[in-house]
Amino acid sequence: MSANTYDAIVIGSGISGGWAAKELAEKGLKTLMLERGRNIEHIKDYVNATKDPWQFEHRGGRTQEMIKDYPVLKRDYPLNETNLDYWVNEKESPYVETKRFDWFRGYHVGGRSLMWGRQSYRWADFNFEENAKDGIGVDWPIRYKDLESWYGYVEKFAGISGNKDGLSVLPDGDFMPPMEMNVVEKDVSKRFKDFYKEARSFVIGRTANITVPHYARTNCQYRNKCWLGCPFGAYFSTQSSTLPAAMATGNLKVRPWSIVTKILYDKDTKKAKGVEVLDAETNQTYEFFAKIVFVNASTFNSAWILMNSATDIWPDGLGSSSGELGHNVMDHHLGVGASGIVEGFDDKYYFGRRANGIYIPRYRNMGGDKRDYLRGFGYQGSGSREGWSRDIAELGVGGAFKDSITEPGKWTMGIGGFGETLPYHENKITLDKTVKDKWGLPVLAFDAEIKENEKKMRLDMENDAKEMLEAAGVKNVKTHSANPFLGRGIHEMGTARMGRDPKTSVLNEWNQVWDAKNVFVTDGACMTSAACQNPSLTYMALTARAADHAVSELKKGNI
Amino acid sequence: MNRRDAIGRVALLMGGAVIGAEFFLSGCRPNGASNVEDLFKQENADFLNEVAETILPTTAGSPGAKAAQVGQFMAVMVRDCYTPADQKTFIGGISKLNDASQKKYNAKFMDITPAQRTELLIAADAEQKEYYKQLYKKLAPEEAKHKGDISYVEPDLPNHYFKMMKEITLLGFFTSQVGATKALRYVETPGHFDGCVPYKKGDKAWADA
Repeated sequence: MSANTYDAIVIGSGISGGWAAKELAEKGLKTLMLERGRNIEHIKDYVNATKDPWQFEHRGGRTQEMIKDYPVLKRDYPLNETNLDYWVNEKESPYVETKRFDWFRGYHVGGRSLMWGRQSYRWADFNFEENAKDGIGVDWPIRYKDLESWYGYVEKFAGISGNKDGLSVLPDGDFMPPMEMNVVEKDVSKRFKDFYKEARSFVIGRTANITVPHYARTNCQYRNKCWLGCPFGAYFSTQSSTLPAAMATGNLKVRPWSIVTKILYDKDTKKAKGVEVLDAETNQTYEFFAKIVFVNASTFNSAWILMNSATDIWPDGLGSSSGELGHNVMDHHLGVGASGIVEGFDDKYYFGRRANGIYIPRYRNMGGDKRDYLRGFGYQGSGSREGWSRDIAELGVGGAFKDSITEPGKWTMGIGGFGETLPYHENKITLDKTVKDKWGLPVLAFDAEIKENEKKMRLDMENDAKEMLEAAGVKNVKTHSANPFLGRGIHEMGTARMGRDPKTSVLNEWNQVWDAKNVFVTDGACMTSAACQNPSLTYMALTARAADHAVSELKKGNI
Repeated sequence: MNRRDAIGRVALLMGGAVIGAEFFLSGCRPNGASNVEDLFKQENADFLNEVAETILPTTAGSPGAKAAQVGQFMAVMVRDCYTPADQKTFIGGISKLNDASQKKYNAKFMDITPAQRTELLIAADAEQKEYYKQLYKKLAPEEAKHKGDISYVEPDLPNHYFKMMKEITLLGFFTSQVGATKALRYVETPGHFDGCVPYKKGDKAWADA
């Protein structure tokens, strides 16, 4: 085997790439993981993880220079002083917005597994059935039963804490002990149950933060600084979890600064033979060869690689024969919710900063409910006591003011919706060859937006939030609804969907590109619909399943 | 008496030692800044510290904003994080407070008593609250017109200097070591979570980490 030849190549090192590398390496394949950005070493490179707030010059805020340098990131919370280095350099890697699209990227080993929200929910069977039932997009080629054991497999390794709530809308997983609701959340939960009975649920969030020691990882210390990188390894990331397991096999090599510019396609065998890499530091080009290629570059960059590959056969790229490559862009639309105050618990407080909240699973358009739009939404939320930044009526200056805000304020309870976006063919990304990145590579142009179905849903998301909080005894409830732009959910999906028919989908039921069976796409690009649950756990399960299939097909000589 | 003359005179009085002249002068010459860098001058840092201390004074329970050097923090934040328009408003606020002090007490802010400063800043706080109330009232019809319009971007509003001073005083103090550990309770690594602990009036809030 030559120095540039491996059994498998994994493009990308985030949540799904890490899983692909672990599974393939553990099954004995000599594996090369290519990452376009720099290396970040577990713990050692989490340079801000143990700093106190006063050690940040601007106390975590954003400077005018940062605002100038990050015209996209500044649109929402991610632009901040504490983990700025984890977000992509926008000057080096621009993109085109035919319509506004908030694309928040992390280009480094671990990808956004370092900054993710960690909420981890299984899909239910009906989530896989709805496209077919509604006549939307194409039917998923798989059902819950195809993924069920894989969900359990990845949950056990990743370490998902959660409560077995016994809900059909949100199947239970192989959980670690759940985190605890605080006293007000418990009260709201009880009133909620009294009011809605079985029709709606209010449960503790299921999160990829471990609550008991797991392998070499220490259980969550309730610091709530996850997105800086955890010095305890208490949340799932490539660095804390999949990478050490993959490295332990001796079969994995990681190559940072490696931008994959194309998959090398062999038209005689109708398979990929490897990839072309542009070294981001030296600008030199290399070729690496393998029997199978896993594409896990993050949803849109996975599509970008396919669009740039095999263009001598298909002008629009590998996987474009269906006409669906780059289409059906999805995200969860959000920014809608409500909050209010809870009375009667002034003599109660909490200890510790729980990096988790509560979850209200979907209830719309199911169980006999029928709305004037399709699909539905879930909510995340939490209860807490107000801090020093609250307004004090009649007090604003002086000792009494200071003493009052050094004490905790009223209890508040807030929830925010995550809505399903339908897969619209016309919501698409394309290559814009007139705009180049730092390395002279063409960039993506975004042309995607929410439509009438999502806009109608958002009205329900707002009104329901108020109605539910009030039903649960929350007072002075105020709603909010803003920024319905795609991308800011940071749950990008679609552009290389799975399906049953090569004429209408890019991937088959095993995440194989129809036009090159040894190429697997298992990140968000593969999604046929979006549901409303946070998607990463499903990518993990799909990846482990696809890797298992890939190795089995390899052994059989089928690929 | 211009500034150069003043320093010269002080130097003369002190036997030629110019060091400390600026500091010595801060009590008798008007505070004021014409640009952001001026905020870092000792007299302005002192001034901002006193504004911060008036907003969040030392109390029986904890040290005040001056102990956390909030004045210096304000200068850094205004320099690095504010837009040019906000910087101008903030800098202008120093003169506004001095003018108000002059008008009401016939003395500069630095020369009035703590009780007088408190009175002055309570008035400034009421003024900023009223300012925003009127501003939002004026904007309401425009906002209503654009409700549900996803392309509508709220305009940048001209800020009130005292709201900014108060905001960064609170931020600077409660995220400082003094504020977080003495005025609040700071636990870097809680280690566990308890969703229900007893609370009695007077117990301090947890600091952010």
